[in-house]
Amino acid sequence: MDEPPVDTSLSSDAEFQAPIRVVLAKLGLDGHDRGLKVVARTLRDAGMEVIYLGLRQTTESIVAACEQEDADVIGLSMHNAGHLTLAPRMVQAVDQAGLRVPVVIGGIVPADDVPTLIDSGVAAVIGPGASAEDVVSAVRGAVERQISPR
Amino acid sequence: MKSCDPLDELFEAARGGNRRALGKLLTMVEKRGETAAMVSERAHRDAGQARIVGVTGAPGTGKSTITGRLAAVSGASRPAILAIDPSSPLTGGAILGDRIRMDSHVDSGAFIRSMATRGHAGGLAVAVPDAVRVLDAAGCDPIIVETVGVGQVEVSIAAAADTTVVVVTPGWGDAVQANKAGLLEVADIFVVNKADRPDARGARRDLELMLDLGHRGGWRAPIVLTTATEGEGISDLWAEIESHTAHLHHSGELIRRRCRRRRDEVADRIELELSDRVHQIVNNESGEMALRRVDRNELSPAAAAELLLSTLDSDNHPES
Ligand SMILES: Nc1nc2c(ncn2[C@@H]2O[C@H](COP(=O)(O)OP(=O)(O)OP(=O)(O)O)[C@@H](O)[C@H]2O)c(=O)[nH]1
Ligand SMILES: [Mg+2]
Repeated sequence: MDEPPVDTSLSSDAEFQAPIRVVLAKLGLDGHDRGLKVVARTLRDAGMEVIYLGLRQTTESIVAACEQEDADVIGLSMHNAGHLTLAPRMVQAVDQAGLRVPVVIGGIVPADDVPTLIDSGVAAVIGPGASAEDVVSAVRGAVERQISPR
Repeated sequence: MKSCDPLDELFEAARGGNRRALGKLLTMVEKRGETAAMVSERAHRDAGQARIVGVTGAPGTGKSTITGRLAAVSGASRPAILAIDPSSPLTGGAILGDRIRMDSHVDSGAFIRSMATRGHAGGLAVAVPDAVRVLDAAGCDPIIVETVGVGQVEVSIAAAADTTVVVVTPGWGDAVQANKAGLLEVADIFVVNKADRPDARGARRDLELMLDLGHRGGWRAPIVLTTATEGEGISDLWAEIESHTAHLHHSGELIRRRCRRRRDEVADRIELELSDRVHQIVNNESGEMALRRVDRNELSPAAAAELLLSTLDSDNHPES
């Protein structure tokens, strides 16, 4: 269950703090990416590096991008009713690849579903009414909790 | 396990095709500082095998679409792509959107890494060769580097390849723009992309005329028409890249280019180190004191600079 000997001693040059790298994508066959583009700009304006995958991604393509890009976090946008199956599937795919990358969900997610999603391993859910600050702090918070849990 | 050098293990894994290990190494070398220096040095031992292709041109000309398709037609088992986009100078953030075009038409199997320019230009001039070196040491070949051909630095990065491909689109505007940015001088191969649009042939004619004027023997850059979205002309482009590679070998130009590239990098690294030191001495205590005197006009900017420079010098010669 351990990942290859990475990080720990080697990748901590505190003096050169690297920006958060976030892979941004939409799973499945959803139509448009307007919302995703807005989120991309919001995160860029907060100083993050956004690797924009856009529409029609699969869990495999997202995992592959995360590995190559060494992403710190995945941002998934959902606008259909699939989030209860798709989001856990994404978390599972990340785990199975042995990656330790938190998954943040945004889009139209009913508040009732949030606890279920969190239980299934989703790091944070950004609701429909979220402000730019909410989006940024959800993503940043997910990364920070991953680095030093609790 | 514990006794092994973790860096060696990462390189070993990356060479064996472990994309995650390669992804980590690229992050390490991109960060700068001591770790980056170690990764760079270690990569240097095994690098030098890969063909390096630069792809540049004005924004939106189709570079990413071409690059993704090129990796696919190359028939190489481990192609890699390094796609560079500017960071916002205000926030340091960036939107790296090249992958979306590289993946959408074909699955090239390429290792694709997006890289932001992160702050000042000098950093890029060091970070890109380092990233290329890591990909090379990991056994990737060819390595295709995409940069937007707008600034001098971006152009010179694409030009620091074995083969530089300059992409233009139909219409005079682009050719003129390319000329201004100094793109025409660095081209080993021209692509007129979006050949599905009117007047691609006209664009080729314009380029031919420019080449007639500026051609200086040796290698005359061929012009390839492509419609990248359809994949048309991409195998012709790859064939031209291969014949340029052959030319580089026969003529001895490959060795000359690589020597020049390494020499330039030495200077770029010194420049970067020095600019870091300048930043330090201006921002440390004595720097701040001198700047305050400049604020009060007690000290001229020139005198302050000289004063602070002398502290830089004493850093260089600790004994004196
Ligand atoms: N009509 C036509 N459109 C093309 C062709 N090649 C690319 N495009 C389109 O041009 C747009 C830009 O393509 P990219 O491959 O992203 O271009 P780029 O040069 O990498 O863009 P930047 O990285 O943003 O500078 C996309 O909408 C492509 O679909 C082509 O041959 N014909
Ligand atoms: Mg591009």
